Amino acid sequence: MAETDSVFEFLHMQIVDYIKEVHGKENENHATSVLEHIGFTVGQRLAERFTKETARFKDDLDVMKYICKDFWTALYKKQIDNLRTNHQGVFVLQDNRFALLTQISEGEDDNHPATQYLSLPCGLIRGALANLGIQSIVVPEITTMPMCKFTIKIEK
Amino acid sequence: MSRQNSARADGKKVSSELFTLTYGALVSQLVKDFENDDAVNKKLYDMGYNIGVRLIEDLIAKGNVQRCHDLRETADVIAKLGFKMFLGVTPIVSKWSPGGDEFSLMLDNNPLTEFVELPSGHDKLCYSNILCGVLKGALEMVQMDVEVHFVQDVLHGDDTSEIRVKFIKKLEDAIPAGEE
Repeated sequence: MAETDSVFEFLHMQIVDYIKEVHGKENENHATSVLEHIGFTVGQRLAERFTKETARFKDDLDVMKYICKDFWTALYKKQIDNLRTNHQGVFVLQDNRFALLTQISEGEDDNHPATQYLSLPCGLIRGALANLGIQSIVVPEITTMPMCKFTIKIEK
Repeated sequence: MSRQNSARADGKKVSSELFTLTYGALVSQLVKDFENDDAVNKKLYDMGYNIGVRLIEDLIAKGNVQRCHDLRETADVIAKLGFKMFLGVTPIVSKWSPGGDEFSLMLDNNPLTEFVELPSGHDKLCYSNILCGVLKGALEMVQMDVEVHFVQDVLHGDDTSEIRVKFIKKLEDAIPAGEE
């Protein structure tokens, strides 16, 4: 039985540190986009492998359900806790206990520095969606640790 | 529900794919950033070291390990517990030096390189060098100073991957500054 969870967590922390150090010097947004890009490429590949034997998706909502259930379970061993949509291309995925945030302390101010640990997962979602034919923008948000929301806006 | 099986029954396998692919993305980012294989190797080693010093706590907490009394015991724990627990593979310990202070870990299938093919022009890139750093960092936390490096790598056309571990010295408990 492989215990890859903690290994992945440690690797992820190192990646975030490294990218911030090299790419975040002048501009923090640049670091975020590099992290997202890393996640994007990984998400694309994962989606391709996971859906090899899946039936064709009916519509965007169907894809989104897939992400919430199967994709999330495959990566984080749990489903997304809440999926909401305005039926106009905006979806909000809420995870009440996001794996990569559980080891981080709450912090004192409101602008959660832990948000940097969500860039790569955002990229993962965006990459997976892109591979399933949906161009999107994904924005993370932490309200109370370790709960977080991913807002997905589909680009027409 | 036609889609029920798609997440794959084998959840462990999937999360290790996430790990493998993420590691690959990291290496390709480093290659882009540094343009010099030696610098990439160094950085991977350093990152591994940082991971190793934390991972050892995980291993000891979950693995129920006792203190090792000689290097053979240590090698056994690394191969059968450490690698097994975190990467899901068990390397073979072999090639002991006559003095018993050096051994090799033979990795028949290195999970990090599962989907990898090195492009030409990266002869010096040690793709899985992070593993060396992890071993170095982890062993340092149990007071062993070691030297770790790859001597064979399937990515460079060798039959197997081999990590050489050399014991240098036992680290003594440091006396805090100002105390005798």
